[in-house]
Amino acid sequence: MLLTLEPNPNQIKTEKLYQQMGLSDEEFAMIEDIIGRTPNYTETGLFSVMWSEHCSYKNSKPVLKKFPVTGERVLQGPGEGAGIVDIGDGQAVVFKIESHNHPSAIEPYQGAATGVGGIIRDVFSMGARPIAMLNSLRFGELDSARVRYLFKEVVAGIAGYGNCIGIPTVGGEVQFDPSYDGNPLVNAMCVGLINHEDIKKGQAHGLGNTVMYVGAKTGRDGIHGATFASEELTEQSDEKRPAVQVGDPFMEKLLLEACLELIHSDALVGIQDMGAAGLASSSSEMASKAGMGIEMNLDLVPQRETGMTAYEMMLSESQERMLIVVKKGREQEINDLFSKYDLEAVAIGKVTDDKQFRLIHKGEVVADLPVDALAEDAPVYHKPSKEPAYFAEFQATENEVPQVDDLKDTLLKLLSQPTIASKEWIYEQYDYMVRTNTVVSPGSDAAVTRIRGTRKALAMTTDCNSRYVYLDPETGGKIAVAEAARNIVCSGAEPLAITDNLNFGNPEKPEVFWQIEKAADGISEACRVLETPVIGGNVSLYNETSGTAIYPTPVIGMVGLVTDLDHITTQHFKTSGDLIYLVGETKPEFGGSELQKLLYGKIFGKAPELNIEMEKERQGQVLAAIRAGLIQSAHDLSEGGLAVALSECLFAGEGLGADVNITGDSISALFSETQSRFLLSVKKEHQAEFESLVDASLIGEVNESAALRVLNGTVPVLESLVDELKAAWKGAIPCLLKSRD
Amino acid sequence: MKFAVIVFPGSNCDVDMFHAIQDELGEEVEYVWHDTESLAEYDGILLPGGFSYGDYLRSGAIARFSNVMKEVVKAAEAGKPILGVCNGFQILLEAGLLPGAMRRNESLSFICKPVELKVETNRTIFTAEYEQGQTITIPVAHGEGNYYCDEQTLAQLKENNQIVFTYQQNPNGSLEDIAGIINEKGNVLGMMPHPERAVDELLGGADGLKLFQSIVKTWREANVVNA
Amino acid sequence: MFKVKVYVTLRESVLDPQGKAVTQSLNSLNYQEVTDVRIGKYMELMIEKSDRDLDEVVNEICTKLLANPVIEDYRYEVEECVAQ
Repeated sequence: MLLTLEPNPNQIKTEKLYQQMGLSDEEFAMIEDIIGRTPNYTETGLFSVMWSEHCSYKNSKPVLKKFPVTGERVLQGPGEGAGIVDIGDGQAVVFKIESHNHPSAIEPYQGAATGVGGIIRDVFSMGARPIAMLNSLRFGELDSARVRYLFKEVVAGIAGYGNCIGIPTVGGEVQFDPSYDGNPLVNAMCVGLINHEDIKKGQAHGLGNTVMYVGAKTGRDGIHGATFASEELTEQSDEKRPAVQVGDPFMEKLLLEACLELIHSDALVGIQDMGAAGLASSSSEMASKAGMGIEMNLDLVPQRETGMTAYEMMLSESQERMLIVVKKGREQEINDLFSKYDLEAVAIGKVTDDKQFRLIHKGEVVADLPVDALAEDAPVYHKPSKEPAYFAEFQATENEVPQVDDLKDTLLKLLSQPTIASKEWIYEQYDYMVRTNTVVSPGSDAAVTRIRGTRKALAMTTDCNSRYVYLDPETGGKIAVAEAARNIVCSGAEPLAITDNLNFGNPEKPEVFWQIEKAADGISEACRVLETPVIGGNVSLYNETSGTAIYPTPVIGMVGLVTDLDHITTQHFKTSGDLIYLVGETKPEFGGSELQKLLYGKIFGKAPELNIEMEKERQGQVLAAIRAGLIQSAHDLSEGGLAVALSECLFAGEGLGADVNITGDSISALFSETQSRFLLSVKKEHQAEFESLVDASLIGEVNESAALRVLNGTVPVLESLVDELKAAWKGAIPCLLKSRD
Repeated sequence: MKFAVIVFPGSNCDVDMFHAIQDELGEEVEYVWHDTESLAEYDGILLPGGFSYGDYLRSGAIARFSNVMKEVVKAAEAGKPILGVCNGFQILLEAGLLPGAMRRNESLSFICKPVELKVETNRTIFTAEYEQGQTITIPVAHGEGNYYCDEQTLAQLKENNQIVFTYQQNPNGSLEDIAGIINEKGNVLGMMPHPERAVDELLGGADGLKLFQSIVKTWREANVVNA
Repeated sequence: MFKVKVYVTLRESVLDPQGKAVTQSLNSLNYQEVTDVRIGKYMELMIEKSDRDLDEVVNEICTKLLANPVIEDYRYEVEECVAQ
């Protein structure tokens, strides 16, 4: 038998082996100081993962403190598996977003699949039934074969996991930009439903209670995944392949059903997913949050491989595992419950009252650490922040209107940009209907899922235009929240709260840290004004390849409440004769716009302005009009401006067309990306009532011409058959994927 | 009429099937776990979609060895109506209750979207309420729905009018656009599209409802005296 | 103890969409000499010696579960393992 010799404490210290695990000299000294001796190999490993950015948020904590996290409806803010918001009638919605960027860059299918699996566990570990999935994806440009491969595999991985477990993937967003070339972003969001009395927490209360392990066996997969996620990707990252785990959605389906049965048992004390840093983080966090200690015998941990060390078992990130704490003496009934699902629940330890984290392996104590030191006492860094040179330069530029000759040709080109084009190729691979509650399917402003047995529904969306965030992180952060809320409102819902996924570059670079700070400021202000608190989220830093950071990408996942199914509204024009209104005035704003990117191949200048108070007022007006039954369709104006929004409104109706009048400069009117604008259609008989409720300009009428015709004054400036526009929009992504394969 | 929705480990359209029967059809329905020993008390058996046993070897290959499948075979022999949808269809094929097999979709991708089907025959207990040749819209959601059988079997299917539904635009490459087939006896139907997802206008259409109504109506006519 | 290596592939008469995709992709990488690819499953079974004839057992396993004779063919190889 091969004997594994672990370095002794002295070697770890003198040879600075802790550095390979991601701990700094100062951090190692702190650990020695806390425990009063030099840690052994297992203990050093435990600290290295628990003090990684991924588990401790040591670099982002000062920034996260800025977020408003409370509100009348908030039942659970950040700190547990997922946040919880009250939706009335004793029901609540549970949701969270999480990234799996680094694993997806290396093994896109499994990286994306396990990302989906992980966020689902976060939601059902709260006791909630997962009801919908969303995602937010970023890739480089599709003209690269590597990017096409990443894109296809990520989509297949999300589909493979979500479809198998039977949770509908109802929405998402994707953007393509060279800054994500070597570092794609894969953020997955899960939304669950729960009754208030079923809410469970990841806490290990009660001296002597039993710690049980359920789910898949532990292997050597994913060791140091949490540390890996906290480093930049380099040429050598491919060599870290073992850090990527393989997902087993079938196992997770069984685990999900068993755990949702378990939450009704009064024998259950606490439950937590073994996610990043696996057994180490779940067990130490559960004990620490309860103010208790924990002792586990690692010989009892179900193992898939032979000869595993304590270090390997504690740091493994094997998927589909949960840690539960149950009342002492009730283990057998828990076991019976799990065996119905062909799963085993194994007692591996107990809750203690000495606040120590103690591990026993082969009869020896292999770790004995203060549990709070692991879970709570990671250092917090206030990183230096510096405004990057580009920012002042962009702020100094004047808004200029790009010149194009042929407006129709420009519109066709915009509709063919993969960021704007139809995402049908993606969402047709997702089972978005399973559980038969999906009222508004992917491809809309927000997806809407009904709550069976009620008149209520939930609207949900993910949003972030990272180009704006790059040009101006504070404004861009605000826009991300405002746009998410706009999408929610367009679907007929009232925005409730957000979960955020802060994807940024290396925070040790002052310019990157500045982006993080400013974006957080913008998000915080928008959340405060729009009354959508941050109930949880995830931070993914070090998104760089070969020293170049991604665009700062703080993805916002938002959920809204539809109070009556009759309020559900979609973006498509419905009937000939309906009046078309534009809410909001248009300014010549092209910084970071789709048109700018199309014409110049890069972005520059100022991001569009956002007046968040005005945004709130308009959203309020639009929602009031929807609830009054005055709105036939509602669509938010985003990438590509009015012309793209008008086209999209026409893509569902057989033979419908529109005549629209614009004023001023045609290019701005059609393609500017000024914020806080909505495109609404209203029945003629509701004209007066609508105009008394909403400040909007009548710009046209829906007809049966099957064409979009735009006049500026009396001059025709753009005319196209809807079919021609639709073909460009629908065909773009499949065409890009076929090219040169 | 009392229905059983069979639940295998990994079934995930069981809830949809259950609610279609209970909420939209208004009939009695129960979930039945895969290790059940008897289906005697049920008048109709529904095998829902999903990924039984993860579909890790071949779709439906492991589920067909479940305890309950012996009972499903008995029910089939007794002439009870049996409907297998998606994974349920795949299980019926693996169990030999219907001829043929499934291959991966031609595109190699999972496909989820509403598709148009042609009702090839309304002379079955599952389609009596439809018009012959009617076009209906029902969603598909599968990665392995590419139906295959040998020429001799195909000839038989045609001769006996066992092809019940065909795709108007074939989404997966299946032989002769086949979307659903019935056994010779006429009481076991397997189909890839999900009728239980098309029973409520709120969710985009209710063309599937008539399939369930057909089952109930023919059952009542045969079993309820003076109905 | 025997190690039985089972190979399951789609039957010749059945279109193999995965194989077709790989063939096309190899051709586009300029391996024009590749005319066909068949993709299958490979499984390793560890089987203890018993009273029953090994071939009989393996054939039974293959037709019952590992391969679907309607669309798949199988073949296998047997290695005898010496206890270590």
